Amino acid sequence: MKELLVLSGKGGTGKTSIVGSFAHMAESKIMLDCDVDASDLHLLLSPVPVEEHEFRSGVKARVNSEKCSTCGMCAELCQFDAVSMHDTAEILRISCEGCGVCAHFCPEQAITLEENHCGTWYISDTEFGPLVHSQLFAGEENSGKLVSHIKSQARNLAEKTSAELILIDGSPGIGCPVIASLSNVDHVLIVTEPTQSGKHDLERVLQLTRHFKIPTMICINKWDLHPELSDEIEFLALEEDIEIVGKIPFDPMVIDCQIQGVPVTSSKTSLAAYSLRVLWDTVQKRINGLQSSQGIQTLS
Amino acid sequence: MQIAIASGKGGTGKTTVATSLALSADKATQYLDCDVEEPNGHIFLKPDFNHSEICTVTIPEVNTEKCTACGKCKDICRYNAIVQFGDTVMTFPEMCHSCLGCFLVCEDDALISSTREIGVLESGIASGIDFVHGHVRIGEAMGVPLLKAVKAKADPDKLVIIDAPPGTSCPFVESISNVDYVILVTEPTPFGLYDLKLAVQVLQNFNIPGGIIINRSDLGDNKVQEFCEEVGLPVLMEIPFERKIAEGYARGKPLIETVPELRTAFNNVLEQLTRQMA
Repeated sequence: MKELLVLSGKGGTGKTSIVGSFAHMAESKIMLDCDVDASDLHLLLSPVPVEEHEFRSGVKARVNSEKCSTCGMCAELCQFDAVSMHDTAEILRISCEGCGVCAHFCPEQAITLEENHCGTWYISDTEFGPLVHSQLFAGEENSGKLVSHIKSQARNLAEKTSAELILIDGSPGIGCPVIASLSNVDHVLIVTEPTQSGKHDLERVLQLTRHFKIPTMICINKWDLHPELSDEIEFLALEEDIEIVGKIPFDPMVIDCQIQGVPVTSSKTSLAAYSLRVLWDTVQKRINGLQSSQGIQTLS
Repeated sequence: MQIAIASGKGGTGKTTVATSLALSADKATQYLDCDVEEPNGHIFLKPDFNHSEICTVTIPEVNTEKCTACGKCKDICRYNAIVQFGDTVMTFPEMCHSCLGCFLVCEDDALISSTREIGVLESGIASGIDFVHGHVRIGEAMGVPLLKAVKAKADPDKLVIIDAPPGTSCPFVESISNVDYVILVTEPTPFGLYDLKLAVQVLQNFNIPGGIIINRSDLGDNKVQEFCEEVGLPVLMEIPFERKIAEGYARGKPLIETVPELRTAFNNVLEQLTRQMA
């Protein structure tokens, strides 16, 4: 069983639209949405939930106002500015990291630690196969832990269903949820766009996949919005010895399909859909261990 | 006054709006790029940096000479950053959240205060604007302390524009906490709307006033406008999709240089918010 993770560094380059199309084309796979705080893949796959589970992780401090003597010890020790002193000590839930230092040192034992219910995760059926997805409650932390949790659930499910591939939609950035989503991944596909920002963020996420030594491919989305910058990205890839596995043109049909809630590749007339089929063909070969005949693709 | 530019969904145009607002302001302005994972503001504002500092957090290191392997440090650590095998106590710096609990419980003075680098903070001047941003170290999962360090540079005498990271989890919340107003930038697509709703929920939870800017307003449907009307959020501005704008953005050109007429529109938004907050 292989794992393909789609990342981008910069947000809004087209990760989810591409994963949605791969879901439409790939065989013997399950889908996993690791963008846990702004997940959108379900909007393309019309999932019907089969299982729904609470996600609990870490703890939050809670003050028993009857016992609190307002000595201020907790506020003094808290490194996260999560305690403010009023008639009693008050915990700012969102700032609390659940370290438990306040509870440990409170002379009145007025602080308890409560398990934090911070999201929901689902296994759903879709037209294209099972989808493991989740929703971290708005403003919550522990996104990395939720990613790790649904990743292990997805692996179990893939084993149970003998799926050959886990198709993973990642989050933007290079921080906690992205690092968690990289664990045990076989291949990363980075979706970038021909903008200075896209290129800058691509370089950062490339450094990250190199740091974790994960084979990486690049796809340039909306490449024709700036062909010169697209060339610059191809040159960068050449220098970094990373293959450009596809280039997708700008196509308003991608948004039309999003509004209809279907993958782009379900459109017969879309230009982007054609390029996505070619892209998937190449990505599939790389996942199955077939290398590019020329090694690295030459500059166009 | 502090205004944060945020979005939920990535790539909707936060940096485009944030840089244009900063460049359209009539008064002394400061730009804080709080997207420490993928900062992009500098690409558009091109600051001359004159200051750089390494941002670190405190982590424990075991002094084996003094350690009696009593187990108190490992017991208080809730992040598995300290483990003990027999008489050997080991620390895992990447897991540490710097709560300092272990230092407080150690009675043998056996923990040495050490540091972990989480990234670099840089500041400078861009077209008369005070500019601050941070780059989190590659492989570092905890960017929030660096984000806080960037935010701590906020100048109370200036108009502060905060460019927030995407998403709706802790880095987003940290960026918008204690600001006077949040502008959510969205696009009129199902993805844009879904993530906008999540972001609006956070604003409502924290009771922070906010308004919406719709980017690429002609590529999509009317559902974002309908949602804004429904929840009573003002649409401050709509920016259409134009190839010219996309090309300028691609090259790192601020929007108000590509379309100078928009300067007045951005300035009006600032004026309106200033009056509203007064």
